[in-house]
Amino acid sequence: MVKSLDDKIFNSVVYVILGLCGLAAILPILYVVAVSITPFGEVLRNGGFILFPREITFTAYRTLLTESNIPKAFQITVLITVIGTAVNLILTALMAYPLSRKNLPARNFFLMMIVFTLLFSGGIIPTYLVVKSLGLLDSIWAMILPNAVWSFNVLIMKSFFEGLPEELFESARMDGAKEFRILLQIVTPLSVPVLLTVGLFYLVGHWNEFFQAIFYVTDRTLYPLQVVVREILMQSQQPLENAENMMPTQTMQMASVMIASLPVIVIYPFLQKHFTKGMLLGSIKG
Amino acid sequence: MEADHSLTPPPRIGPTPKMKLQTMLRAIWSFRAFYIMLLPGVIYFIIFRYFPMYGVIIAFKNFAILEGITGSSWVNPWYKHFQDFYQSPYFGQLLSNTLLISVYKLVWGTLPPILLALLLNECRVRWLKSIVQTLTYMPHFLSWVIIFGILLTLFSQNGGLINRWIVEAGGTSIPFLTSTDYFRSILVGSEVWQNLGWGAIIYLAAMAGIDPTLYEAAKVDGASRLRMIWHITLPGIRSIIILLFILKLGHLLDAGFDQIYILYNIQVYPVADILDTWVYRTGLQQLNFSLASAVGLFKSIIGLILVLGANRMAKKWGEGIW
Repeated sequence: MVKSLDDKIFNSVVYVILGLCGLAAILPILYVVAVSITPFGEVLRNGGFILFPREITFTAYRTLLTESNIPKAFQITVLITVIGTAVNLILTALMAYPLSRKNLPARNFFLMMIVFTLLFSGGIIPTYLVVKSLGLLDSIWAMILPNAVWSFNVLIMKSFFEGLPEELFESARMDGAKEFRILLQIVTPLSVPVLLTVGLFYLVGHWNEFFQAIFYVTDRTLYPLQVVVREILMQSQQPLENAENMMPTQTMQMASVMIASLPVIVIYPFLQKHFTKGMLLGSIKG
Repeated sequence: MEADHSLTPPPRIGPTPKMKLQTMLRAIWSFRAFYIMLLPGVIYFIIFRYFPMYGVIIAFKNFAILEGITGSSWVNPWYKHFQDFYQSPYFGQLLSNTLLISVYKLVWGTLPPILLALLLNECRVRWLKSIVQTLTYMPHFLSWVIIFGILLTLFSQNGGLINRWIVEAGGTSIPFLTSTDYFRSILVGSEVWQNLGWGAIIYLAAMAGIDPTLYEAAKVDGASRLRMIWHITLPGIRSIIILLFILKLGHLLDAGFDQIYILYNIQVYPVADILDTWVYRTGLQQLNFSLASAVGLFKSIIGLILVLGANRMAKKWGEGIW
C-alpha cells in the first residue's frame, strides 16, 4: 500500500509524542537509579545530571542494608504483604462465591451492605477508635485487618464467578460435593485470572502500605518500608550547612527509594496484563 | 447433600403463614454452607466498616477517651462542633483548597489520558505501542513515598536537579516543594505523571470497541487520519468520557489525602491543607476527636450526596455504577 506524505507526517508525529511520553515516565526513575549508584563526586562534576554513570558504587545500598532500619522494615513489609494478601484473598473469595449465587436468600441485603461502604464511611477517627478498642494498635494486625476486604474487589470477583458455567456446579452438587469443596476444587482452579488480578492489587496495596502504619503504629520497630523511607527522605528537608554532606544524603535517599520500589518495578512488566485486566474489570463495574 | 431449595416440593394445601415460614427456613437452611462462607467477611464489615459509622456519633459528643463512645456526654447544642468548624478560619480555606485541587486534578486528569489513548490507538508499530504502554502504566504502582523521593531529587531546593541547573545558569534556586506558588502545580503534575498511562487504559479499550467498518468507509471516502479521529474515534468514546467525568465529579471532595499528606509541609498548608489532612492532624495528632469526627462526617455526607447525584446523572447517560 502506498502511503501518502500526510500519512507519513502524521505517523511521525504520533511516534515522537509517544516516545516522549514513554521517556517522561521512565527518565525520572532512571535518574533515581543513577544517583543511587554514582559516587557523589561524579554527580557534582556532571552538574548533577547523570544517566549512565562511568563509576558505580553500591556504598549507599551497603550502608542502608547494614546500618539503618531498612532491613527490619523490609521484613515487616514482606510479612504484612504475605499474610495480608492471603487474608485478603481468602475473605474476598469466601464472600464473592456465595454472592455470585443469584438465588441466595438475602443476597441483595449482603450486596447492599458491601456497596454502601463504597459510598459512605465513618471516617478516620471512628475507625481509629475501633482499632484501638480491639487492642490492635502497635501490632502488624493493625496494618492488615482494617482493610482486610476491599468492597470493590468482592464485586470484581463476584462478577467473574457469575460468568462460570452453571452446569459445572450442578454436576458437582449431583455428585454430592459440599460447597466448600466446590469453591476449592472447581471454582478456584477456573478463577486463576481473577484471583491473580485481585491478588496483585492487594499485594501492591500492602507493599505500598503507609497510612495504616502512620495511623495505628507508634512502635518504630514495626514500621514498614514506606514509612522508614519517608523518614529518610524527610531528613534533608532541613537545609544543610555544607554541600559536602548533602550529596551522600541524596545518594542514600535515592538508594532507599530504589529498595522500596524495586520489587514492584521488577515484577510489574511480567504481570502487566493482569493489572490491566483488573482495571477494565473494575471499570465495567464502576 | 443439602437440597437445592428449588427442588423442595411446593406445599400441596394453600400455604399458611406457618408453612411459608417453614419453606423459607428450609430454603435458608439449604444455603447454610454459603452463609458460613459469608460469615467472616460479614463480621469484618460489621466491625471495621459499620462500627465506625456508629462511632461517628462522637461528632455530637464531647468525646473523652476514658469515658468511651457511649459514656461521653452530648454537646449542647448538638451541632456545636459543626458550628465551631464553620466559624473557624479553617472552614473557607480547607473547603476552597479541597475543591480547587480537586478541580485541577479533574481537568488535568481527564484530557492527557484521552490524548495518550488516541496516540496509542493511532500507533501502527506494535512494539512501540506496547513499550510505551508498559512504561506509562508503571508509575501507577509506585507509592507516593517513592514519588516524593523522585520529586525531591528533581525539584528540591538544595540538590534538586532542576535547581542545580538554574543555579548553574546563573539564576537563584526556586523552592518548588515548599512554596505556595508552586505546590499545587507539583500536586497536579505528579498526579498526571502517576496516572497518565493508567487513565488511558479505559479509553483505549473503548476505542477498541468501535466498529472497524466505520474507518474503512471513511477511508474509501478519502478521509484523513485526523478527520477520522475527530469524526469516528472521539464520538465513539464520547459516552465513556462523559460517564467517567461525571463519576469523578462524585469524588470532588477527595482531593487525594495520601498524596497531599506525603508531599506537603508546613510552609504550604495555606494552599495544600484539605479537609482530610486537617481531620487527620486535628484528630490523631492533636487528639481533638469530636471536632475531627464532625468535620469528617460533614465531608462524608456531602460526599455521599455528590456520589449519589453523580450516579443519577450517569444513569441518564445509560450506564450506572450498580
